[in-house]
Amino acid sequence: MEIQVLFSLPLIIASFFAVFMPVFDAILKKNKQIIFLFTLLNFLLVIVADIFIFASPEFFTGVLKSGLENSDFGKFLSDAVSLGGYTSFFDLLFAIAGILTLFAAKDYLKKESYELKEFYSLVSFSFAGMLFIAHANNLLILFLGIELMSISFFVLSGFFRNNILSIEASLKYFILGAFATGFLIFGFAMLYGATGSLELKVIAQKISFNQVTPIYFALAIGLIFVGLAFKASTFPFHQWAPDVYTGAPTVVTGFMSTAGKTAAFAAFIVITKAIFLSNLVIDNATVNPPVIAITRNSREILAIIAALTMLVGNITALMQTNVKRMLAFSSVAHAGYILLGIVSNNSNGWSGIVFYAFAYVFMQIGAFVIVSLIEKENGSNLNLSDYNGLSKSHPFLSASMAIFMFSLVGLPPFAGFFGKYYLFLSVIQSGYLWLALVAVIASIISIYFYIGLIINMYFKEKEGEPLTVQCKTSGISIILSLIGVIFLGIFPSLLMNPLLNLFK
Amino acid sequence: MIPLIITLLLPLISSLLILFMNKENVKLIKYFTLISSLITFLISLFLLFNFNNTNPDIQYYINVTWVSSLDAGFRIGLDGMSLLLVMLITFISPIAILSSFDSIKTREKEYYFMILLLQFAMVGVFTALDTFLFYIFWELILIPMYFIIGIWGGKNRLYATVKFFIFTMVGSLFMLVAIIWLGNYVGNEILKTGFTTDYLKIKEVANLIPLNYQNWLFWAFAISFFIKVPLFPLHTWLPDAHTEAPTAGSVILAAILLKMGTYGLIRFNLEFFTSASIANASLISIFAVIGIIYGALVAAIQTDIKKLVAYSSVSHLGFVVLGIFSMTAIGIQGAIIQMVNHGLSTGMLFLLVGIIYERRHTREISEYGGIARIMPVYATFFAIAMFSSVGLPGLNGFVGEYLTLIGAFTSPILNSWGYAIAASTGVIFAAVYLLWMYQRVFFGTVDNPSNLNLKDLSKREWAFLVPIVIFIVWIGLHPSTFTNISENSTRKLVNKIENVKFGITPYPELLKNSNLKTNSNQINNNKIGK
Repeated sequence: MEIQVLFSLPLIIASFFAVFMPVFDAILKKNKQIIFLFTLLNFLLVIVADIFIFASPEFFTGVLKSGLENSDFGKFLSDAVSLGGYTSFFDLLFAIAGILTLFAAKDYLKKESYELKEFYSLVSFSFAGMLFIAHANNLLILFLGIELMSISFFVLSGFFRNNILSIEASLKYFILGAFATGFLIFGFAMLYGATGSLELKVIAQKISFNQVTPIYFALAIGLIFVGLAFKASTFPFHQWAPDVYTGAPTVVTGFMSTAGKTAAFAAFIVITKAIFLSNLVIDNATVNPPVIAITRNSREILAIIAALTMLVGNITALMQTNVKRMLAFSSVAHAGYILLGIVSNNSNGWSGIVFYAFAYVFMQIGAFVIVSLIEKENGSNLNLSDYNGLSKSHPFLSASMAIFMFSLVGLPPFAGFFGKYYLFLSVIQSGYLWLALVAVIASIISIYFYIGLIINMYFKEKEGEPLTVQCKTSGISIILSLIGVIFLGIFPSLLMNPLLNLFK
Repeated sequence: MIPLIITLLLPLISSLLILFMNKENVKLIKYFTLISSLITFLISLFLLFNFNNTNPDIQYYINVTWVSSLDAGFRIGLDGMSLLLVMLITFISPIAILSSFDSIKTREKEYYFMILLLQFAMVGVFTALDTFLFYIFWELILIPMYFIIGIWGGKNRLYATVKFFIFTMVGSLFMLVAIIWLGNYVGNEILKTGFTTDYLKIKEVANLIPLNYQNWLFWAFAISFFIKVPLFPLHTWLPDAHTEAPTAGSVILAAILLKMGTYGLIRFNLEFFTSASIANASLISIFAVIGIIYGALVAAIQTDIKKLVAYSSVSHLGFVVLGIFSMTAIGIQGAIIQMVNHGLSTGMLFLLVGIIYERRHTREISEYGGIARIMPVYATFFAIAMFSSVGLPGLNGFVGEYLTLIGAFTSPILNSWGYAIAASTGVIFAAVYLLWMYQRVFFGTVDNPSNLNLKDLSKREWAFLVPIVIFIVWIGLHPSTFTNISENSTRKLVNKIENVKFGITPYPELLKNSNLKTNSNQINNNKIGK
């Protein structure tokens, strides 16, 4: 019993804070400082809970799974959510992303004079949604998580309610997002039709025992992929991303394009782990040929989507002169890289996704925090040329930005390199050499715009007044991100080895 | 072992210490950098003196587990060839640092940080015995070099540095895919012990990879190395990067960065993909010969002294590649000694061009004339460097070119005199463009009044030129001091090549229980058929 409570603690904490945050909001009236600390506490408690989970002896031995089934409470939980294991790493990831965003948001919102308390409750809501996605063991819970997260994001992206771009972003995201959700829920319904269950465990069993209707199953996969591809902003459902990411407040963009995207990929992992046959099953051919064909074909389709996502994202990013928009397009490309892990459908791929997501959270949020610092009122001062000579006036900011850019390109010894390395390794192992080559070509294209920013910062001189930057709490985010990028780049094993164990 | 670790890590530690120094205290930063690189040089001498020349294997081997899931380790060590190149780095770095004391006047803190970081990465490239670690150091070099050219370079520096960065990165990313594929194939298909990047492990069995796969891998590695060498027609980044880089940047670029490519060819392509190397040797040698002649001809028509030296690099490195792909002991030995020679003589030429550029701020040949009368000492040093580069007997350049040409001439794999004959015209062209340039700059009358008041060499400039001259003469007169160091490791490699060529399976005991037998027989048959 205690173990089960401990392992479900992150979910409990996040839900508690999400639900009670509006209440505290009302009680505390105008004290922004306390509500800020309160949100911080939310994330920190989740991290602490996760540390206890990592430390508990049941974490790796797998006792938890059998232990869960024994008690009523455990059984009730395990039908709905999966606890421990890789999900704890997702908790950690989302909590870290939340903390990084929170510190940056304090400076940023103050600067834009939009420091409303609702921001913090919305972030807490989306955080709870993300946790439910990662923990989902049931299609309904998964859907609940996705909706909770998405709806909070719809509001967050329109948070600057006097800014027309922000409103446009919100509206676009909402209308298209609602449409995509329709596809997703229809897909879930089809999957229920094909297998007769909403529990992912049961679905996986039915598929490997041949108890599915292939036609519904194929339709279900197609519809679910459309829905998830939209949430993860992969080609050809990426069109909303640049506008929404550019229009939304910069810190929100940082949070959405990292944690939000990772959550979408967590959903991808949760679903594909259940509905894709493993390579072993395919080799032994114990399943109906049509079902095997469905797995094979859908992996091929995902591979093509991944290739196009990487290429389209990077090529369009080449043309941008607005830094925020450039990062938005490149985040589409990064979704393509992460998709490699889904295509490879093996433990290397899944753990590669989580590793890359960690690296991506640090480098992308770090970059967005710096963008939010340079930005001035009403979204001005976002162009590449505004970064000219930054290395002279703000050596720390520009050096950090340079490190984030190098990491995004995938240069060693930064975290982004290892992420790419693991993902390339996983696709090569599963026989998609061509996809690795496309990924390489996409990375080559991305060099140009990432180091282009460094050119502006280091090699060009600023004309006129040097920039003044108010950097208080944002500095904490930047330093944390730097530590993350460098630490994961030098000691990748510390994160990778447990991940590989868990996904086996 | 300990000297090797210090040689590798001291520059990194010093560069990190520089970050904590005050930006205004330029003197401290300068001398700290210089002293740290001199200490590194002194410590690297221990490597030289404790090295056992008769042992062809890797010495000072260190193996520390790093990323266990990838079997990537911190594996470093030296054999004869890498020892010579590491010594070249530790020798050239203090010289490059000393030469930039006056020429670098802005953002000194960042500059010396970058130079030391570069030194760390360079030593890393030549000592890494793990494909993964090698790749990391290989890429790490890009970052400091990118900033050195981009911040402290000449007028056209942005174009040059972006071109340099993208060219190198394009090649190396394909190498990355090849490294992963190779590690996966060797680890999971041949050894069946799981993914590996251990150089020594892969070296043992990489030749069991079927020839058609080997060919792909060979080219994936080779393209990356050819870009770095640079081999014609992938050389276009080099003149830009060289011309725009600050003096110390050009010196390091010429002396060491170009050697990374040729080193990689010997270390990885010949060792791993011997069959594919034999199959492609003639094609590559043709490009090497074209590069030799093309580089020389283009150098002859340059009006900018620095650009002329840059193109001469294309020509000289052609000899190195030709020596490597002659695949004879003498040719590879020649290539190794030529790498060192080119580092010394071209490095010195760049230093000398830098010296006159600091005084006159132009590198146009037509701006000069009769300099020998105004700066006699300078003219003498320039003459030594130039003759070394031309290949005058008695100086170092001759030894390297002579050995590589003999190698190409006697090579059973190239099997034609044509390569050596065509390449030797490159020596003549070298004499033409360098002597002609020397004549226009140093002889004749002083017809440009701004040249009249040029000062001859300062003590600091003496200090960094004399050591290079000593080695230029030493290698020229007694090359065996240096060739002995790498001789045994080269012989071992050539032995392996000959074994593969004549169809002797290198590790028969491994093949007994393996399904790869057929593949390797097939390779052998192919070769005998040829």
